[in-house]
Amino acid sequence: MEILCLGLSHHTAPVELREKFAIPDGEVGAVARQLSSAPGVSEAVVVSTCNRVEFYVAAEQAAAGLAGLREFVSARLAPPEGAAFFHHATGPSVRHLFRVVSGLESMMLGETEILGQVKKAYASATESGATAKHLNKLFQRAFNVAKDVRTNTNITRGAVSVGSAAVDLAERIFGKLAHCTVMILGAGETSELTAGALQARGVKSIFVANRSYDRAAALAQKMSGTAIHFDEWQRSFHDVDILIGSTAAPHHVLTAAQLAPIMHTRPARPLFCIDLAVPRDIDPAVNDLDGVYLYDIDSLQSIAEHSMNVRRQELTICEQMIERHAVEFGAWLAVDPLRARDQFSRIAPEGGKL
Amino acid sequence: MDRLLLVISTFCFLFGFAYTVHALRARVYRASRLNLIAILTGFLAQTAFLYLRGETLGRCPLTNRFEVLIFLSWSLVLFYLLIGPAYRLSLLGAFTSPLVFLFQSGALLLVADTTSKPRLAPNAWLELHAAISVVAYGAFALACVAGVMYLAQERQLKTHHIHSIFYHLPPIRDLAVANARLIIVGFALLTVGLGAGFKLGSVFTHSPLTAWSVVVWLLYGVLATLGGLRRISPRRVAWLSVAAFGAVLLTLGGLRFVTETGAL
Repeated sequence: MEILCLGLSHHTAPVELREKFAIPDGEVGAVARQLSSAPGVSEAVVVSTCNRVEFYVAAEQAAAGLAGLREFVSARLAPPEGAAFFHHATGPSVRHLFRVVSGLESMMLGETEILGQVKKAYASATESGATAKHLNKLFQRAFNVAKDVRTNTNITRGAVSVGSAAVDLAERIFGKLAHCTVMILGAGETSELTAGALQARGVKSIFVANRSYDRAAALAQKMSGTAIHFDEWQRSFHDVDILIGSTAAPHHVLTAAQLAPIMHTRPARPLFCIDLAVPRDIDPAVNDLDGVYLYDIDSLQSIAEHSMNVRRQELTICEQMIERHAVEFGAWLAVDPLRARDQFSRIAPEGGKL
Repeated sequence: MDRLLLVISTFCFLFGFAYTVHALRARVYRASRLNLIAILTGFLAQTAFLYLRGETLGRCPLTNRFEVLIFLSWSLVLFYLLIGPAYRLSLLGAFTSPLVFLFQSGALLLVADTTSKPRLAPNAWLELHAAISVVAYGAFALACVAGVMYLAQERQLKTHHIHSIFYHLPPIRDLAVANARLIIVGFALLTVGLGAGFKLGSVFTHSPLTAWSVVVWLLYGVLATLGGLRRISPRRVAWLSVAAFGAVLLTLGGLRFVTETGAL
């Protein structure tokens, strides 16, 4: 039995082309079912996300299976021609799927959302009866590979965006954020994104203060928070755990001299300050105060870059793990284990192209 | 036989520590059952040792410095097992294991395990005083461990130098709460322990060690009050819990035992 993969992704195709081939969530199961009935094809799974559209099939003969797959895609969507499309034979197809579910093929290296998307695609295909022994084994193996890679490497470790870095730090300080109160000074886009990431972790309440009260009210409504007049933000400050500064003020909005007496009244309650403004809203000296942790846009970006570097350094280990799993799967797939070894060993980088 | 149990227990804690160091060096740490099993096995071996020694002596096994160190290690692990799961403080075991390993290997290698005939007959107040006081010191030892973890986490947050260990240390607020509560529990136990000691009469009250113990009690009393009432910052509580445990170690260093060679 051969495993084949045909598709396109953000690596090879622009969004204009990807959207042409995209298949709505509700239809992937039915499409997989139709594909599994195509000439030369025995089983099928269709993965369609905003970054990739991939068709995985099991076929008795590679050439016949690929021909049937191409014909099906041409008839159902459009001819899969040109450099935007890739197709793989058994070994590279298996490796490719393992890389996809492990987040190694993702736009954001190591992201985990793709695993859920592939699981969903596989579940739809299974429910519609498009899979059998070979693809069931392949996809279940792929999910194990993803778990193995995520658990035993740092590929998903750390925050790789400013918003997630801020959330990560907040959780290192406060643990669960359910009891935390957030205050946003300046209703900018970055502060909204950061507050949104904190809100997604269940913060208790959000205050929004802005020079223009209408913008504060609009953002507060969007985040189910409370708008306050900018001149009054200091009155509501005593109960704040996380402060996000994002105003256009040319000077510091919060200084160490202002904050010191407030912190004196709450010595056991930490304050996390996220300064996203340029020029900065918060005096860097506040970081010297007991219980105050200040991060500006550069330090958050630096954490995100550091995490991304850590992830890149993990690539070799991930590849080795994937290779081991791919060879093991090949041994199961092939009747003759020697054939499996030949089929799965990496003789040439481009090996495996049909 | 009882010494063998202790050697087994010490190796368990060494294993727990080595496993964590290895995992952290490889930059892939995950809370492992293996680690907990090692600590649990070490604890059971400690318990069995103390039980057998108590049976042999016919009293609480706190008759020499060797036994006190083992009893202290046991108390420390006991508190870890009680508080670790409650606060889900990952890495607390990893920080506890080396301290227990240090106490036990030090006891095995450096401290003479001499058994001599106790000068004072077994006495309920004496046993209560000794046992409860050492259990209180176990709580202070774990507070010290939590304090060190707090300071490590805080330093990373302040300096923005995020090491991979950062992701495994518990949130500083949880560490601060655990630290404060351990100090309060330890202080309450030490109060009972000292109270029992005063029931012994002049043999206790006229000892210079008692004066020092009262100083330690006062120190933790102030710390428990200020930390418990949130009057000082958790950072100061963490520093003081580390420093105060130094005073506890001095107390243990100055211990004289209920033997023919000592007053108390």
